[in-house]
Amino acid sequence: MKSVIAENLVKTYRKGEVVALNNLSLDVEEGTVLGVLGPNGAGKTTTVRILATLLKPDSGHATVAGIDVIKNPEKVRELIGLSGQYAAVDETLTGWDNLVMFGRLYHLGRQPSIDRANELLERFDLTAAARRPIKTYSGGMRRRLDLAASLIVKPKILFLDEPTTGLDPRGRQDMWTVIQELVKGGVTLLLTTQYLEEADQLADEIAVIDRGTVIARGTSDALKKQVGGERLEITVENSDISVAQEIVARVSGNSTHLDLRTISAPVLTGSVALMETLRALDEAKIHPLDIGLKRPSLDDVFLSLTGHVAEETVDEPVKKKRGGKR
Amino acid sequence: MKHAVSDAVTITKRQLLQLARVPEVLVFSTIQPVMFVLLFRFVFGGSIASNQPGGYVQLLMPGIFVQTVAFTLASTAIGLAEDMKKGLIDRFRSLPISRGAVIIGRTFGDALLNILVLVVMALAGFAVGWRPTSGILHTSLAFLFLFAFGYALSWIGILVGLSVKEARTVQSVGFLVTFPLTFLSNAFAPTTGMPRALQYFAEWNPVSTMVAACRQLFGLKNQFGATANSWPSQHPLETSLLYMVVLMVVFIPLSIRKYKNFSS
Repeated sequence: MKSVIAENLVKTYRKGEVVALNNLSLDVEEGTVLGVLGPNGAGKTTTVRILATLLKPDSGHATVAGIDVIKNPEKVRELIGLSGQYAAVDETLTGWDNLVMFGRLYHLGRQPSIDRANELLERFDLTAAARRPIKTYSGGMRRRLDLAASLIVKPKILFLDEPTTGLDPRGRQDMWTVIQELVKGGVTLLLTTQYLEEADQLADEIAVIDRGTVIARGTSDALKKQVGGERLEITVENSDISVAQEIVARVSGNSTHLDLRTISAPVLTGSVALMETLRALDEAKIHPLDIGLKRPSLDDVFLSLTGHVAEETVDEPVKKKRGGKR
Repeated sequence: MKHAVSDAVTITKRQLLQLARVPEVLVFSTIQPVMFVLLFRFVFGGSIASNQPGGYVQLLMPGIFVQTVAFTLASTAIGLAEDMKKGLIDRFRSLPISRGAVIIGRTFGDALLNILVLVVMALAGFAVGWRPTSGILHTSLAFLFLFAFGYALSWIGILVGLSVKEARTVQSVGFLVTFPLTFLSNAFAPTTGMPRALQYFAEWNPVSTMVAACRQLFGLKNQFGATANSWPSQHPLETSLLYMVVLMVVFIPLSIRKYKNFSS
């Protein structure tokens, strides 16, 4: 059964001048994780806001747990949890204050709200900081608290909008662990991210979006196969570019991409390709300035899917409107 | 719907909790009006010939009360704009709570804060010689007027807070609007010295009618204003009441509608 279905969502801003969503369709199977991967402005936040009943699409329709988000938003709100890019919690209050307040707003009684707050603080390793104002928290702690706030009533369907953007590697790793545990608990998750690695770690299936529409969809493995797993990247002197390009093309069996003096191409087995290329370069008496293997990034996915790098397309008005995103 | 009241109360409690966690806010929101009381009382009080038994402070206090509650407009708007910016309002809107609860809760919170501020100011006024002479009933009624006026303005603040993008804008706009309104009135000086056109404005100004109404309720002869002999200056109580009703009838539904639709 599909827990989340979005069909042909269209959303424009500024009287049609800016197209945020252009016929976007996606769905999430119950109990699975869909990673929505795309650059800034691709329409990720707009999609989440529509599914979470915060925004009405211009056209198209969407259901969450079979309930229409436009016709029946109140019902949907009872079933979902939402955690955004920014810790949407009251920064002057303590972590405990916030969770108890949200418990009350979910209409738990006083004591159940307190119990639930304590339980979540414990689970997210925030008990020691429970009585401190949120503004003293680190980025990772804020995100965890924000996530905790969205889990108060144990939602069946969870929307996480770029849960690790702006976190340091450790904060990101912690957040991943927390999310993985949630997923084990059987929650259906729609997660947006700018990082292929994150989608790879967390998602069963990935939908790549660009300019408001889904341009590719599949498991992380399938997607990587399409992108070509690792990329070989070498930088050479200008005079050597054409010869080096030929070598890279031959070794990788793929077409190459040139960016200034850096040539790159997807390769199947990185280490083998690296050695072969070095050997061939040596024979041709070319000394690379730099050579290495890169794991595929969002840019690489975009490059192979669309032929252009992931670029910020439209400014999602959300950030302008409320200065929420930085 | 059944949770509408309890949801609003939770939001109000949050605001009170904020005051408890950051007591400076409370201190500064009461220091400012007290400072005004003292400055006007001791700086102008000596030089303004009021012919008022009990001195200028009797005329001054209603003016400062009204000015202070008028600032509710800006403080409500700023608080709401900040919540919007931080994404807190989005979070609230994703919860299964009744539609008006978040903004109604905020107006309640600001109203409670107003009660406290009015009490502190009344004590400060009392300390520097302010004495209402109309008896407990009329004096209480005056405070009820002040409270209701602040509450009505709070709803304009809600609409402003939902409409602007930046809390700092609200602050400057708030000052730009509130200062002329409170000074182009009978609050601190008689309107008789103003150019004729301004006199009309000053007499129709809700701040003036409120100040006049309070002076009347505190047992003073309404001294400032009334040279243009306009209807509001003759009937300050009725006019003030009318202003408040109109403000609430217009701005409550407008604000709730704006809140429901603001992102679509």
